[in-house]
Amino acid sequence: MTAMIEISDLSKAFILHNQGGAVIPVMAGAALQVAAGECVGLTGQSGAGKSTLMRMVYGNYLTAGGRLLVAGTDVAQAAPRDIIALRRNTLGYVSQFLRVVPRVPTVDVVAEPLLRLGMHPTKARARAEDLLSRLNIPTRLWPLSPTTFSGGEQQRVNIARGFAHTFPVLLLDEPTASLDAANRDVVLTLIEEAKARGAAILGIFHDEGARARVCDRLVDVTGFTPGLAA
Amino acid sequence: MGVIDMTVQNLGLDRPLLTVNTLTKRYGIRIGCADVSFDLFPGEVIGIVGESGSGKSTLLSCLAGHLQPDLGRVTYCGRDVLAMPETERRRLSRTEWAYVHQNPRDGLRMGVSAGGNVGERLMAVGARHYGSIRDTATDWLGRVEIAADRIDERPSAFSGGMQQRLQIARNLVTAPRLVFMDEPTGGLDVSVQARLLDLLRGLVRDLGLSAIIVTHDLAVVRLLADRLMVMKGGRVVEQGLTDQVLDDPQDAYTQLLVSSVLQV
Repeated sequence: MTAMIEISDLSKAFILHNQGGAVIPVMAGAALQVAAGECVGLTGQSGAGKSTLMRMVYGNYLTAGGRLLVAGTDVAQAAPRDIIALRRNTLGYVSQFLRVVPRVPTVDVVAEPLLRLGMHPTKARARAEDLLSRLNIPTRLWPLSPTTFSGGEQQRVNIARGFAHTFPVLLLDEPTASLDAANRDVVLTLIEEAKARGAAILGIFHDEGARARVCDRLVDVTGFTPGLAA
Repeated sequence: MGVIDMTVQNLGLDRPLLTVNTLTKRYGIRIGCADVSFDLFPGEVIGIVGESGSGKSTLLSCLAGHLQPDLGRVTYCGRDVLAMPETERRRLSRTEWAYVHQNPRDGLRMGVSAGGNVGERLMAVGARHYGSIRDTATDWLGRVEIAADRIDERPSAFSGGMQQRLQIARNLVTAPRLVFMDEPTGGLDVSVQARLLDLLRGLVRDLGLSAIIVTHDLAVVRLLADRLMVMKGGRVVEQGLTDQVLDDPQDAYTQLLVSSVLQV
């Protein structure tokens, strides 16, 4: 099986220039691999660095040292332009927060990743509507901006947007948090379908049942955290 | 339109549209901007942030040829912008480039109707049919949320926010390839600002428009810019992917800037 995410000897520290130049080492010697069609869950107590590692894989946090290959691109070294291309075509990320231009209809928010890839608007909207209905967002909400939706609705819109394009690599940060049983099941089914088509998935799941259902392996990040590793 | 079509064919998407090398402008002994270098690719939006007096607007003016820098090079599609004849630069700024001024009065013709302000840009790229110019102008006024029945009024009868929207319509109507914007959404209601952000994102996505946006609104750059440059004292202190610079700033000044934003 091909590894889509390959991490070795990854390290990072935060330097807080305006707080006495404090240096906070947050990661050292991180290593893991995720193959195509596999879902790997990150575990470890709160503050151990699960989200930090995920953000580094997405290129949202800079890496101090080590290698971080995503579908052949070393995110630790890549130019911004290459990371933008990687995010457009290959690397999807469902964060816990929906960040959108206000006043844009929900259906267009979900279709946007497809429009950016040049898909015809009619086709992109059809795909968006399909996902919105699977995730039980009522039709009457589709023409409205999601900025006024409830937390759970926003989270489902975010998931629909993240799954609109069939990304070969997906990062999922607590995709089932604050969802009811029915919607949680829909999201887990979407994850299983993504795995079946060969997507490599790295996720954070606090929900143990969800973890047991979709994760093939777990990686405890405590071993990568300076000061926490026993 | 012939000129535009030709340059699109000559330029692959993998080649920079604009290349800036060691650009420096001094005002006497004071630094306007110093040693600025970057590439801008087709379909890319760069945000420039920094406090007042950090050199953002000076840099933008130098790039667009409104100010003559003391040092450095600006290359657009392989052509040296600073060395090109004034007539050539003016032709570019009427056709392939657009410049949205902070003060709409600097970018509008105040004695000409709203429709005329938009139509003038169209005529500069060869449009001649009055009916279709008027239709396009009406369409663009609608896109920036100016009612069609205001088309024959002069900008002097408009509010400041409407003038700014008219200036944006006048600049975008010809589908320019490169747009310079100096605090474009500064004086606008947040609702109109959101509409314009969506309009700009659509143009970037569908037409491959490139833009350089000077602003001090970090929320605007997060939604609009692919890359971010942070300026202080005329120099670029940090640059990178927009979300990376905002979420994991490395420079002391950027850390201060990001941590100073009030949460809403």
